[in-house]
Amino acid sequence: MTLTPISPSNPQPTTLQRPDAQGRFGQFGGKYVPETLMPALAELETAFYHYQKQADFQAEYQNLLRDYVGRPSPLYFAERLTQHYARPDGTGVQIYLKREDLNHTGAHKINNAIGQVLLATRMGKKRIIAETGAGQHGVATATVCARFGLDCVIYMGVHDMERQALNVFRMRLMGAEVRPVEAGTGTLKDATSEAIRDWVTNVETTHYILGSVAGPHPYPMLVRDFHTVIGEETRAQCQEKWGGLPDILLACVGGGSNAMGLFHEFVNDASVRLIGVEAGGEGLQSEKHAATLTRGRVGVLHGAMSYLLQDQDGQVVEPHSISAGLDYPGVGPEHSFLKDQARAEYYSVTDQEALDAFQRLSQLEGIIPALETAHAIAYLETLCPQLDGSPRLVINCSGRGDKDVQTAAKHLDL
Amino acid sequence: MMGSASTMSVSAKIKAVRDRGDCALIPFITAGDPDLETTAKALTVLDRNGADLIELGVPYSDPLADGPVIQAAATRALERGTRLEDVLAMLKSVSPTLSTPIILFTYYNPILNRGIPTFLQEVVEVGVKGLVVPDLPLEEMDVLLPQAEAAGIEVTLLVAPTTPKDRLMAIAQRCQGFIYLVSVTGVTGMRSKIESRVQDLLLELQQVTDKPIGVGFGISEPGQARQIMEWGADGVIVGSAFVKRLAEGETHQGLEAIEGFCRSLKAAIAE
Repeated sequence: MTLTPISPSNPQPTTLQRPDAQGRFGQFGGKYVPETLMPALAELETAFYHYQKQADFQAEYQNLLRDYVGRPSPLYFAERLTQHYARPDGTGVQIYLKREDLNHTGAHKINNAIGQVLLATRMGKKRIIAETGAGQHGVATATVCARFGLDCVIYMGVHDMERQALNVFRMRLMGAEVRPVEAGTGTLKDATSEAIRDWVTNVETTHYILGSVAGPHPYPMLVRDFHTVIGEETRAQCQEKWGGLPDILLACVGGGSNAMGLFHEFVNDASVRLIGVEAGGEGLQSEKHAATLTRGRVGVLHGAMSYLLQDQDGQVVEPHSISAGLDYPGVGPEHSFLKDQARAEYYSVTDQEALDAFQRLSQLEGIIPALETAHAIAYLETLCPQLDGSPRLVINCSGRGDKDVQTAAKHLDL
Repeated sequence: MMGSASTMSVSAKIKAVRDRGDCALIPFITAGDPDLETTAKALTVLDRNGADLIELGVPYSDPLADGPVIQAAATRALERGTRLEDVLAMLKSVSPTLSTPIILFTYYNPILNRGIPTFLQEVVEVGVKGLVVPDLPLEEMDVLLPQAEAAGIEVTLLVAPTTPKDRLMAIAQRCQGFIYLVSVTGVTGMRSKIESRVQDLLLELQQVTDKPIGVGFGISEPGQARQIMEWGADGVIVGSAFVKRLAEGETHQGLEAIEGFCRSLKAAIAE
């Protein structure tokens, strides 16, 4: 069994402040938005830097994470999943799940929604808007708006409203208005564009709770930092369980918030492998996928420069994934940076592989993962046979799968 | 008429109009809606019926600054297979016949995708005089503006009702052609009323710059255009109202509609 040293290894270029003062991660990131939004982005950045350091802000944030969200989320040793991948001699990957699915509202998204709503109330904004794909960020936003008594409008693609109907009902139940977006394929990209248009129109009264580490600066930084609690807890829990670091971190990547939340704390620990898993849809050759980092080219979408699925003319192409939360043609700029620095690795799995993993985790561990999360779990099939010894691997179990049972039922013959 | 004034820059043209004591009319249409043949005819119609400058929108899949009318036009144009190179080819044949300088309105990603030097070379070759890139604010402008200037293309920057005064000054300083004052906090589209604060915004801008100012977003009627002129704008940009008219009915009906509309706008802002 390999024991990973705790001491950080040689500083990498990635130890530089990320992002820089211009909101860039290397060439990625930036603020590619209409002028109308520029002052609001500056205001948000100032507010974030200001309140983040304040004791009362931190106290309120930490209290809510503990008493309202239920943090810390457990680091669970997945014994039967580990056995499933064990070699005949008993060695094999030791698989741990960071149980973000046990958070209030059922996913990691609530960490960021709480942080941003605390900023919004301090900035005096009474109206909140958000985009959502799988509905988990929408639910998290509707939840904090109910908790703080704020008006809430959620933009959601019509296709996603159909496949995530449970979450649409949850949002409405908590008093949010869910606005259907029919443009494009009626998925996350279109919902995000519409949310940005709303913000351009109502920026003086409204805060936009962007739900991923995407969008213009300061969002990729701010959303990451509100999710960094995932990685911080993981470090402490690994320390407690075996007195060392994890060897591998594994997370699904759509926009990339749960992955960034887990990775960020470990980016400077060079011994820790960081692996992101994208949605391969019907296969990378099919053109029906959402594997942005694997197949995209550098472009600009929703305010940030990053890898982007685009055609030869620079038009953004419509992605595809069985998972509404990964069905996005862009990706957070910091992931593009980590890829280009070769600090993180990104692979993809297909819809079918994700469905298989959805079933596998349910049957082996009694944990029904979100279809997004199932992508990370599915990659174990490829990864485990490649690894020697018994490295310790932490998967971000980013969300629970109740919302996906209808979609899965269409594909699984039970 | 051929080519005589087509060498005029955007700033020279709008200043010439201003020197006459007039307010420039700047119509916007989306290239490729309903098709590029019609776009070419529409440019000619606008050129002959009172337009002083013309903004031509390159259709884009994710037009964040645009409201429903221009979004829908872009979607239709893309569904018909309109590509940037086709738009440029159309311009190459039409622009020599126009006396109105053409400003290309395009989001940044198609420029980035083509490569900035290539893009600039191509637009110069087809006679484009100016650029508006709505998702490239001042902070991101360094990649484009100096190269465009060297190529003889003027880049117009936008200012918004939310822009603070020190920022207004910084934008006005770097802006070329004219300063594009966004009249509403919002996306493009027709509105029934012009916000009275546009007058204050114009005054504020005029205190920090003597560059020409064009006002756009939300102006859809001759009366509104006249109001903007009376408040001291050097140009009035009308987009969605043209795009909507051009898209309605048969092609010839759309062209007739924009001809009449262009004239009525021009009449409303002529001294």
